[in-house]
Amino acid sequence: MIGLKNRAAALAAMALGLMSGTAFAGTGQPTAWEMSMQTPVTEPAQFLNALHDGVNVVIFLITAFVLALLLIVIFKFNEKANPTPSKTTHHTGLEIAWTLIPALILVGIAIPSFRLLTLEIQLPKADITVKAVGHQWYWSYEYPEDQGGGFGYDSYMLSREDAAKANQPALLAVDNELILPAGKTVVVQVVGADVIHNFAIPSFGVRMDAVPGRLNQTWFKTDVEGTYYGQCSRLCGANHAFMPIAVKIVSPDKYAAWLVEAKKKFATVDQKAITVAAQ
Amino acid sequence: MANATTADHAHDHPTGWRRWMLSTNHKDIGTMYLIFSVVAGLIGGFLSIMMRLELQEPGLQYFSNPQTYNVFVTGHGLIMVFFVVMPAVIGGYGNWFVPLMIGAPDMAFPRMNNISFWLLPAALGLLLISLFVEGAPGSNGFGGGWTVYPPLSTMGHPGPALDFGILALHLAGASSILGAINFITTILNMRAPGMTMHKMPLFAWALLVTAFLLLLSLPVLAGAITMLLTDRNFGTSFFDPSNGGDPTLYQHLFWFFGHPEVYIMILPGFGIVSHIISTFSKKPIFGYLGMAYAMVAIGAVGFIVWAHHMYTAGLALNTQRYFMFATMVIAVPTGVKIFSWIATMWGGSIRFTAPMQWAIGFIFLFTVGGVTGVVLANAGLDRNLHNTYYVVAHFHYVLSLGAVFSIFAAWYYWFPKMTGRVIPEWIGILHFWIAFIGANVLFFPMHFLGLAGMPRHYVDYPEAFAPWNRIASFGAYIFACGLLVFFYGIVRAFTSSVRAADNPWGEGATTLEWSLSSPPPFHQFETLPRISGGSH
Repeated sequence: MIGLKNRAAALAAMALGLMSGTAFAGTGQPTAWEMSMQTPVTEPAQFLNALHDGVNVVIFLITAFVLALLLIVIFKFNEKANPTPSKTTHHTGLEIAWTLIPALILVGIAIPSFRLLTLEIQLPKADITVKAVGHQWYWSYEYPEDQGGGFGYDSYMLSREDAAKANQPALLAVDNELILPAGKTVVVQVVGADVIHNFAIPSFGVRMDAVPGRLNQTWFKTDVEGTYYGQCSRLCGANHAFMPIAVKIVSPDKYAAWLVEAKKKFATVDQKAITVAAQ
Repeated sequence: MANATTADHAHDHPTGWRRWMLSTNHKDIGTMYLIFSVVAGLIGGFLSIMMRLELQEPGLQYFSNPQTYNVFVTGHGLIMVFFVVMPAVIGGYGNWFVPLMIGAPDMAFPRMNNISFWLLPAALGLLLISLFVEGAPGSNGFGGGWTVYPPLSTMGHPGPALDFGILALHLAGASSILGAINFITTILNMRAPGMTMHKMPLFAWALLVTAFLLLLSLPVLAGAITMLLTDRNFGTSFFDPSNGGDPTLYQHLFWFFGHPEVYIMILPGFGIVSHIISTFSKKPIFGYLGMAYAMVAIGAVGFIVWAHHMYTAGLALNTQRYFMFATMVIAVPTGVKIFSWIATMWGGSIRFTAPMQWAIGFIFLFTVGGVTGVVLANAGLDRNLHNTYYVVAHFHYVLSLGAVFSIFAAWYYWFPKMTGRVIPEWIGILHFWIAFIGANVLFFPMHFLGLAGMPRHYVDYPEAFAPWNRIASFGAYIFACGLLVFFYGIVRAFTSSVRAADNPWGEGATTLEWSLSSPPPFHQFETLPRISGGSH
């Protein structure tokens, strides 16, 4: 489909052992007939989901209220039921009420919403900083030297066949996941190499444009190990639908072991990517 | 009607192609706008049906080159916005009914009205050409979305497709700016004696606010896409970060236009629905002043909320806080409108004609689209919804089920006035129910897809998104079947011998257009009507 199958397969073989395929159904990826957000595993995402549930109830009630009024009007004030129309065209009290009450409801939504926004945007002190670079059409990840990294690698979508072989969800699974430890605050620097992409992971409540020439930052911290999928969320050309993001959260011990191994494995692969970081 | 004995009359009555090509008559020009809108709607609708066919199943079915799908998405958006909704509500109904409703013989600048219209077919022609010339390397057309964000629209599409697209938007923009000047001048200067601003029908208010939005926002779009044009062709780097430019600047400029644009599409619908609700409730509009100034407020606040389209662009915390707050404010005047429509019906004696059913459907569906707008206004919640199908669901509820429903409501309401012919009621009602069911089956599941995380502009998707996508596609086919009923209605009207009464809707229809014959004379109000009675 995208002509990268061979390379993807080669890289997949290199990353062997990291693709245990332990997909959490419903967590980290969508499920069929799903009607709500994916299970949140970070504090902002949990807050986001809770606030959305609350706001959802409010908007459902408002819609139901409007529908009820319309139904009353339809059944009570139709031509047969009410042959003589009233001539009322003003009711100051009513007009003030339907201006003020919605305003108060909005303030009620805004207060927790401002808190959520602050939680999402204000970066806590990072335990680990990684860099995600969006390319047409793949992601590359870089681990800084001073945190035991000093390497970078590319992350391509697996073809449908390879995903099926690896027992992973098609169009979400990648050859090299972004590997990070549980329980650590991770700051992700997001940048675009060519056009704008978007680094999104629904379970983390993370969504950040990867803009060329602009270093955006976002963060997450989760205690729940597993693989979390996201998809590029900014139209970026032909294969926009085929550059997923997969983050694998492992225990700190496993992460340390992986760092050592990955340093050897990727050291020679992508020196080029490090220079992108310097932009 | 004019004839040979009135040859000295300043406005003669040309026939044949001259009547249309050289038209300076607001009703003829309005008719051409409506026909143009229907033709463009068929093209835009075809693109969307192809998209739903592709998305009905996971995998690539119809678009072996995913870029072609992006081109279809982009074409669908641009055509529906600039060549379907705007020509219908502003050029079509606005031209037809603003002069009639305010008791004016014609628009203020009839010749400018002519060029406003004739720029549009040229613009559409350029846009259609752009579909067939190279854009991204190796494929035809521009596939960067209707927002045309750089660098995808600069380095991502080196071919000339987007240059055609930009010139198409320039022409369409010029057309709209000229139209806006015409409407503002007409409404401010040509109201019948006695018709103060506060006695003016709400549709004229809606068009006045819309015209100001056009006049103030379109030049910004024109500037932004001109900068894009020079970035692409003449070596400037307004938006090129490698030469000191900034892609985010384009987004600010675009949305400074783009957000007022969505109100440009819906405000005339507000006016239309107000008249239909009032007519068939046999009651004057409730809270007229509140209704008029709610539109003014929506228009004004609409200019200071643009960056809520950019919550994930990496804006500073305080910037996002401001735009979130300002955006939520818009819900208040919008609520005033919804409740005032219901209060207009309250105590009324409602006739459920076809236009009334469309209008009531509009109120409910616009409410659904409005409340999801409140969700999206929250920058914190938008973190998980930005650029997902939740957004697609939201803006189709306010546009496809809002603006488009208002277009059809107006169609069944004013068709007898415009043509003197009658579409049988059952046709309008059948069309409504097919469209209502189809559009909901089409767009409601998209909320679920968005919540589950499905991004927009995707030609293919993971297996988990398949069930709701399949249902959405069936909804699109149902909606399309409704259009067959719509066209059958037109055929029936023109083949039947039934003629419309001057006022087919009875006592509730009080605006000036119903005081004229159906169809109105070629030149109306040669003696200006005098408006008496108290202010609201």
